[in-house]
Amino acid sequence: MAMTATYGHAHADPHHIGRVLEHPGPAPKRIVTAYGFWVFLLSDIVMFSCFFAAYAVLVHQTAGGPKGSEIFEQKNVAIETVCLLLSSFTCGMASIAADVRNRLWFYLCMAVTCVLGLAFLSIEFREFADLVSRGYGPSRSAFLTAFFSLVGCHGLHVSAGVLWLLTMMAQVFAKGFRADILRRQMCFALFWHALDIIWVAIFSVVYLLGGAP
Amino acid sequence: MFGKLDWSAIPFGQPIPLIAGAVVLVAILGVLAWVVVKGHLPYLWHEWITSVDHKRIGVMYVLLASVMLLRGGSDAIMMRIQQAIAYQSQGYLPPEHYNQIFSAHGTIMIFFVAMPFVIGLMNLVVPLQLGVRDVAFPTLNSVGFWLTATGALLVNISLVVGEFARTGWLAFPPLSGLTYSPGVGVDYYAWSLQISGVGTLVAGINLVTTVLKLRTRGMNYLRMPMFCWTTLASNLLIVAAFPILTATLAMLLLDRYLGFHFFTNEAGGNVMMFMNLIWAWGHPEVYILVLPAFGIYSEVVSTFSHKPLFGYRSMVLATMAICVISFMVWLHHFFTMGAGPDVNAIFGIASMIIAVPTGVKIYNWLFTMYGGRIRFATPMLWSIGFMVTFIIGGLTGVLVAVPPADFLLHNSMFLVAHFHNVIIGGVLFGAFAGFEYWFPKAFGFRLDERWGKAAFWFTFTGFYITFMPLYIVGMLGMTRRMQHYDVAAWRPWMLVAAIGMAVLTVGVICQVMQLVVSIRNREALRDRTGDPWDGRSLEWATSSPPPVFNFAFHPDVRGEDAYWAMKQHAKEQQLAHHFEPEYEDIEMPRNSPTGFVCAFFASVTGFALIWHIWWMVILGVLGAFATFVVFAWRDHDEYVIPAAEVARIDQANIEERRNLVSMAGAL
Repeated sequence: MAMTATYGHAHADPHHIGRVLEHPGPAPKRIVTAYGFWVFLLSDIVMFSCFFAAYAVLVHQTAGGPKGSEIFEQKNVAIETVCLLLSSFTCGMASIAADVRNRLWFYLCMAVTCVLGLAFLSIEFREFADLVSRGYGPSRSAFLTAFFSLVGCHGLHVSAGVLWLLTMMAQVFAKGFRADILRRQMCFALFWHALDIIWVAIFSVVYLLGGAP
Repeated sequence: MFGKLDWSAIPFGQPIPLIAGAVVLVAILGVLAWVVVKGHLPYLWHEWITSVDHKRIGVMYVLLASVMLLRGGSDAIMMRIQQAIAYQSQGYLPPEHYNQIFSAHGTIMIFFVAMPFVIGLMNLVVPLQLGVRDVAFPTLNSVGFWLTATGALLVNISLVVGEFARTGWLAFPPLSGLTYSPGVGVDYYAWSLQISGVGTLVAGINLVTTVLKLRTRGMNYLRMPMFCWTTLASNLLIVAAFPILTATLAMLLLDRYLGFHFFTNEAGGNVMMFMNLIWAWGHPEVYILVLPAFGIYSEVVSTFSHKPLFGYRSMVLATMAICVISFMVWLHHFFTMGAGPDVNAIFGIASMIIAVPTGVKIYNWLFTMYGGRIRFATPMLWSIGFMVTFIIGGLTGVLVAVPPADFLLHNSMFLVAHFHNVIIGGVLFGAFAGFEYWFPKAFGFRLDERWGKAAFWFTFTGFYITFMPLYIVGMLGMTRRMQHYDVAAWRPWMLVAAIGMAVLTVGVICQVMQLVVSIRNREALRDRTGDPWDGRSLEWATSSPPPVFNFAFHPDVRGEDAYWAMKQHAKEQQLAHHFEPEYEDIEMPRNSPTGFVCAFFASVTGFALIWHIWWMVILGVLGAFATFVVFAWRDHDEYVIPAAEVARIDQANIEERRNLVSMAGAL
């Protein structure tokens, strides 16, 4: 096959633009993996945006039940937010530790991330359980349906993230900082930070706007 | 123990589904037994089921689509017969069975025929056209395929165990809510789409990354073959639209399973929100299907006209324009919702604007043919048949994009005729064109031209005889989904449509015969050149079927129509110098059963969810998670093909081609 046969570059610039950037060929694996994961995260954000849209449509449909301002506790939400933002910081530290191949700091930072994530989840779970016990469960009104679904969907993602985090730690423990494991760690970090971004949106749209009397 | 599942789930009183189910079961068991007895099971397992080779996965996608096409087609035949005889009578189908049939027909044709067909062709061809060795995430690719197969499996199980949705192919609430559909039909619908939707999303992410990040050296954006561009556009739409479907179905399922109030009539739920969400996915879906078909036509028309594609850049622009505009027109699916004239006008105009880039494409194909040396091979016939048919479909589409006209034609048979006109004339013809065009690449031998042409002409005429009458009855006021009717004026047209269906069926039989005849004559039809059509893009540069690594070297691309330029260059050089290339070891991804095992657990989970068998749900989910952990734990995900082996395969190909060239010279 004359695949690698070289011939004139005349074809490269049929319109005489002058400078033609030649595509260098397939990207390295690290770039490909991260890029693909970014595309996945974008699709995940599209899914969240549907739940946001549903929340926006249904927020005033309380059907005689409570409004947002009557059930949100700003202090809880503030603690939750601090936990999640801090965990994003420690997750970043874990990535740096992985980059410099420091196992001790990696485990430590990941463990702190895990604890903060679990703290976030337990506060959220308590909030949900409390609402349900007062009769304000998701089937009480369309507003509560949308609220539980949107916030719960984020909570599910955080739970999956915690599971992934533990798997990541176990992998580093068993296999060390291998190239493919570092790629996975990078994806995990992207995932965790994306959850932070989504939480900021939930915090603003649901709790700040909805918390106002 | 078994949730809602008991013996009453099996419709012992209804002969049609029972016999159909028995026939399918016997066929499956027969094939399985044949495979086991002949000792093909290890081959199937190692070479196909666990394969992560994009070509193999592409072939399996197309196979799945073909099998499901027969299933969806039988539904269509049953519907045409019912409407032909149901004039002032009940027909032969009880209403609730008829409702299941049209729901299953739509669901299957869109999700399990059109989608896997185009995704399969993209999978097979795009890495070859880009000059690369595989897609970005090979194992994920396998997972995506097997999850799609899971969805198809669940839909088919509903034929015998339980029932399918009676709600139409988009399951609008409140009809699909628990109050009006207490059975498992809607659950079958929702879970099978949920699972296969994840598979589609995975395929979309994979192909977007492949096109954007893996192109070979010199394959600049404006040198990519048109099919790669439409693949990119289509998969961008998948990534942006399928999460909407996932979210919408999740909401519907929450309503049904946990008593939520997204789409209920009580407690402030909003039914129109479902319409908006489902069509925000559903409209782009139409373009997800038709854009790859447009790419196929571009390749076919250019190859068989012996000319570069006319207006390549305008074609790229038109593709991306369609990609964007397709998200801005969803509301035209419910002009009658009462959004008011301003909203309707805006969406009406947006819907008409999308005809502009589509028109650009049609003109580009016509100008590509103009002055070309046209060969009327089967793929070209499908393409020309498409152009004629699609223009009619497009024109009726612009007609229903006018809100006042839509108020008259809404939910009428006119609409049914319109979307079958564009989906069959656009997507299915394209899928068949691509199938005929790339079959030799996938299997190393051509398809029989005589049967192929017969299949085209029967399908083409059959299509017109079936669907043109539906436009007329639509304008005579017949609404869609009627189980029986009393209007004498509709009767003759329904009879004509039934005759058309018979002609269409002959087309399908010809298609099957073509495959059978071609496989029997495969030695005579063998393609040793790797380039049976005198092609222009890189997939024809390698042998047919391509070696597992596709290319011994990453091709170095210097312009549009990369392979055509290489051939011209070789002719100019008179093959003067034979260079001895230095081969290198090639790393390829290892096969993995991850996809199949995941799909197994997904099937178990899906079935358990449908029937509320909670312990089985937990088991299935745990199994799926364990599969991923096991996959993540493996140490060797690649194997090496030594340079000597690469050299042997590549040299054999070169030798073969050289012999053919010298034979041609002797003539």
